[in-house]
Amino acid sequence: MTLDLSRRSFLKLAGAGVAATSLGAMGFGEAEAAVAAHVRPFKLTMTTETRNTCPYCSVACGVIIYSEGDLRKGETADIVHIEGDVDHPTNRGTLCPKGAALKNFVKSPTRLQYPMLRKPGSGTFERISWEDALDRIARLMKDDRDANLVTANAAGVPVNRWTTVGMLAASATTNETAWATFKFAKGLGIVGFDNQARV
Amino acid sequence: MTNSWTDIKNTDLVIVMGGNAAEAHPCGFKWVTEAKAHRAARLIVVDPRFTRTASVADYYAPIRQGTDIAFLSGVMKYCIDNDKVQWEYMKAFTNASYLVKDGFGFKDGLFTGYDPEKRDYDKSTWDYVIGDDGFVVTDPTLQHPRCVWNLLKEHLAPYTPEMVERICGTPKDKFLKVAEMISECSSPTKTMTSMYALGWTQHSKGSQNIRTMAMLQLILGNIGVRGGGMNALRGHSNIQGLTDLGLMSHLLTGYLAMATEKDVDFATYMSTRQFKPLVPGQTSYWQNYRKFMVSFQKAMWGDNARADNDWAFNYLPKLDVPAYDVLRMFELMYDGKINGYLCQGFNPLLAFPNRNKVTKSLSNLKWLVTMDPLDTETARFWENRGDFNPVDTASIQTEVIQLPTTCFAEEEGSLTNSGRWLQWHWPGGTPPGEAKHDTYIIAQIFLRIRELYRKEGGTFPDPILNLSWDYADANEPTAEELAREINGRALTDLMDPADPTKVLVPAGKQVVNFSQLRDDGSTMCGCWIYSGCFNEQGNNMARRDNNDPDDTGAYLGWSFAWPLNRRTLYNRASADLEGKPWDPSRKLLEWDGTKWTGYDVPDIAPAAKPGEVGPFIMNQEGTARLFARGLMRDGPFPAHMEPFESPVANVFNPKIRGNPVARVFETDLEQLGLSDEFPYAGTSYRLTEHFHYWTKHNHVNSALQPEFFVEISEELAAEKAIANGSWVRVWSKRGSVKAKALVTKRIRPLICDGKPVHVVGIPLHWGFTGSARKGFGPNSLAPFVGDANIETPEYKAFLVNIEPSTAPQEAIA
Amino acid sequence: MMDSPRTAVSNPPVQPMESNLTERDLVRRSATAELPPPERQLTPVAKLIDVSKCIGCKACQAACIEWNDTYPPIGENVGSYVNPPDLSENMFTLMLFTEWINPETDNLEWLIRKDGCMHCADPGCLKACPAPGAIVQYSNGIVDFIHENCIGCGYCVKGCPFDIPRISKTDHRAYKCTLCSDRVAVGQGPACAKACPTQAIVFGTKDDMKKHADERIADLKSRGFQNAGLYDPPGVGGTHVMYVLHHNDKPHIYADLPDNPQISPVVQVWKGASKYVGLATMGMVAAGAILHGIFARPNRVQHEDEENAERLVEEATDHREKT
Repeated sequence: MTLDLSRRSFLKLAGAGVAATSLGAMGFGEAEAAVAAHVRPFKLTMTTETRNTCPYCSVACGVIIYSEGDLRKGETADIVHIEGDVDHPTNRGTLCPKGAALKNFVKSPTRLQYPMLRKPGSGTFERISWEDALDRIARLMKDDRDANLVTANAAGVPVNRWTTVGMLAASATTNETAWATFKFAKGLGIVGFDNQARV
Repeated sequence: MTNSWTDIKNTDLVIVMGGNAAEAHPCGFKWVTEAKAHRAARLIVVDPRFTRTASVADYYAPIRQGTDIAFLSGVMKYCIDNDKVQWEYMKAFTNASYLVKDGFGFKDGLFTGYDPEKRDYDKSTWDYVIGDDGFVVTDPTLQHPRCVWNLLKEHLAPYTPEMVERICGTPKDKFLKVAEMISECSSPTKTMTSMYALGWTQHSKGSQNIRTMAMLQLILGNIGVRGGGMNALRGHSNIQGLTDLGLMSHLLTGYLAMATEKDVDFATYMSTRQFKPLVPGQTSYWQNYRKFMVSFQKAMWGDNARADNDWAFNYLPKLDVPAYDVLRMFELMYDGKINGYLCQGFNPLLAFPNRNKVTKSLSNLKWLVTMDPLDTETARFWENRGDFNPVDTASIQTEVIQLPTTCFAEEEGSLTNSGRWLQWHWPGGTPPGEAKHDTYIIAQIFLRIRELYRKEGGTFPDPILNLSWDYADANEPTAEELAREINGRALTDLMDPADPTKVLVPAGKQVVNFSQLRDDGSTMCGCWIYSGCFNEQGNNMARRDNNDPDDTGAYLGWSFAWPLNRRTLYNRASADLEGKPWDPSRKLLEWDGTKWTGYDVPDIAPAAKPGEVGPFIMNQEGTARLFARGLMRDGPFPAHMEPFESPVANVFNPKIRGNPVARVFETDLEQLGLSDEFPYAGTSYRLTEHFHYWTKHNHVNSALQPEFFVEISEELAAEKAIANGSWVRVWSKRGSVKAKALVTKRIRPLICDGKPVHVVGIPLHWGFTGSARKGFGPNSLAPFVGDANIETPEYKAFLVNIEPSTAPQEAIA
Repeated sequence: MMDSPRTAVSNPPVQPMESNLTERDLVRRSATAELPPPERQLTPVAKLIDVSKCIGCKACQAACIEWNDTYPPIGENVGSYVNPPDLSENMFTLMLFTEWINPETDNLEWLIRKDGCMHCADPGCLKACPAPGAIVQYSNGIVDFIHENCIGCGYCVKGCPFDIPRISKTDHRAYKCTLCSDRVAVGQGPACAKACPTQAIVFGTKDDMKKHADERIADLKSRGFQNAGLYDPPGVGGTHVMYVLHHNDKPHIYADLPDNPQISPVVQVWKGASKYVGLATMGMVAAGAILHGIFARPNRVQHEDEENAERLVEEATDHREKT
């Protein structure tokens, strides 16, 4: 068994069986004993608070994100904790098992960090730059739209309908993202366009 | 939701049926416990499983999945037979007294006009008798045999307690207890709230399930009142918002409709959307449709949408089918007719039914783009993961681009909750690696495509070149800019109609709400029902005043609720014909002699006199429809239909399989199983520890419920020699999964039509990416068939078989 | 209409705050005879767990993990909703699920009880603990483990009538719920109670919690639970974690909640402990403190328990010798 003993641990073991007061008598300061009896330091001290809402279900509980660093000051912000917002009228600070564990979603080891490309037939993803990825997508979409947009039906009525490319929109994105996505998809003529509401 | 989460505390009776609120919406369910604690409210749960909601219920009744219409029709019949009707409300606020055309009828489980070839109804008889004056003919005495009320009574006649027991498997005494508890809420001073979710939508007749409860709530007088309502508990944080904003194949924003091929021009499109009132003096709010539609076109194409080009109507795609819904799209993909697909925050490999078909469909794509904060199975559908994803990687020629996006904690904007509250949130963390906001990605793809069209030309580039994209930084529009577009603004000075010399809204200013929108091109508005969310007062979605005068639960100063910050829809119906609250202790609105006042924003013109304008102003009738005319594909009244895969035949007509008008693709028909081969009633659901397929990426939630399992009764376990905690194989006509067996008293065999029906419960969460143990989803088993009206897949009722098994293997060749 | 009591009435502070739980608030300290009397008496606190309002969602478990930065392993399904499978140094609280057919109604009742430290007024763990200052009790009733002082002997496990503490296989120290002493010290309720969606878990002064329990019991009786009652067992001097049970006449149906919990007479264990130099000096002193317990209750410590405890002490001692 391995056990890395700090000075305090050593103290504890050496002092085991003797009253705590004798720790001082043994020549170690009061501070050690005091630390040992104290509760854990409050971990949110000096963190930055940000109001947010839970991204999971439609109760939309208010949450407070606690971070080290403040985005509003242009700093990098590292999220250290997320807890329910007591001021919120619906959840009043409470959270369900998903909401209470939100930090581990934000910091999940399977959060994606880089654009990746899987070539036809390949068994792996490889990194690709944003520029290359976005250019590639635009090229693929433009070429397919040019080739397959149904501009008019048999009766000559303009229909501007693109059926060979579809899109699923995310029902956890914001309304503002959704509006931008809507303009993009309907503007291009995509008709195979849905969100999770139908599932 | 017609009401809000916080309003649930005002109820006397909660019925959770077609949902599992305590597990899926725990913090919303808090308001049920508050109603129980402070109003002595009771909670009823009707569910095939004894859920965690049932564990805190005052009364639980089991039901076979897919038989809710029969159960609720039985309750309606009980209420009518026992004089438990809120008569005054029902007579005044529903279409009960309207006469229906001769010829309409119901026989052998089918309504008039059924065409088995087309799998559709000729709905011409499903309508009112219209008088020479253009208004509907009524009999307020409810004596006429052809009035809706009498036709409804006739339609409900077969749903006796015995019939309910025969179809649903609910013991008669339990059904009667539930019916009796519900019927008490016909009192004007007692209300019931219905909390439902996918347990009702995920059926081939999901829309009719919900409709049946809505009708029950109407005859009990529980719509528009505090503590009442039809409360759809939406699944995702912004599924309400994305639907409101029209991110659906058949919709534009604010429930404006996509054009179809019949709409050859703007005038034709508008001609079917006049919605003239059917009763004298009624407000029919959709008569403002043109204002909303023109303002929408202006929001899309700005100066390029003009009166002289039909408001750029032809820029919009026109549908040749009712919708390119996801089932149709994957059917087309399966047939090799789709080349490319973008998946933004969506995991269809696990979310859509018949996974084998979904895998083959995705494999037919030339390219797939995924945008997600997490490493989804869909992005890796080509990866061989042994039993968990047995594909031939090399043969899959799909190019896949996986883009990392930010998540809620790193972005700003609003989400619309179930209660229609648009709540703003702020970013609190730095995104990981190179993850980007969705708006950045969308903007970048759009700008690149637009540039290609500018440089190269191409097919009909007009809607792209002319799309309004007027942002400070076109590369990444801000949430505020987009929100302001959604709200809408004046494009020229808007003059006051009452005083043409007075400027109501100067050009360039935000409109206060949709009441200022015009149909002459002088206003723009992205989504009319959201108008008011970000006006000259500022960002109303960011409001955080949590005061609640007199503890009504309205919270008018918190965020912004659509429409017009209204918290309870149809709230005019909370008051009687004189405008006095049905229940003075639960006042919502009151007529003070000149206008409506109260705790909520009136859902009626503030000066509309009671007795003159009906409360359901979005309907041409001004009343709520017990008889839905031709607006539902599968009938103006709900009728019992079995699931497509059912352990028992339809007792009204054994030849009817599933919903007789639901669309079934040919290859899927062949893949429907029968009960001799697949004897058990499978159903799918989510567990409270999890959120869909996301939280398997979360270590904590994975630890709280780590491994895929199926739930079966002790009786079925004994019959099949399955030990608790052992491996089983569950299979349907479409696929097979391996799971741990959880043997429980919470599922009991039901006796339906004289024979025992065993339920197999199949939770969803697991896949082959993330922290949790590898597993399967119920979509490997579920049928590729959807609701007849909106195509939601039948995830809640299908047939499976089960046997003892061994563990699945993740061997990679 | 009033709202039910809520655990949290304000959001946690982020500005530096003086801890309100310090050494001067200790009323008991394990293996310590002459503890100076506390300078003040804090108002006794309690967590009330209303089993009838609990929806078994495990938000308490998730909040506990997040607040305490623990990391329970991802286990497997063994045919149960109880996950992780047991309390551990990574899981201080656990929902226990019991499917019980009520013989009077023949109806199924799914009994769900949040298990965890009861913070006994008369804490068996503290009294059994031979390591000075490894277990402390504050004047507000919180019983806390001071891990730095723990020697991993396992006596607290034996001393606990509720079988709560667990010894970490990694650092060989005892762990259990702290009642979020770090949160209480700055005026916040425990993480589990704050998160609890239905506020089945509420936290406040013990007097307030008892009053709230009375209301809940009246409500339950109106719903036909004639034996509803408060679980605040006198055998351990009452607890600072209490339950409202619908069937308070038979606590054992809730996943073996003891009907009448008592402190095990740990004197037998102490004999073992006193063999070791360094532990012997305080043996007699502490024994006095549990004298009442020894005379009043039967010896429930099994022989093998004692052997296990001795083995644990030996392991701890081995450590000391090796290091």
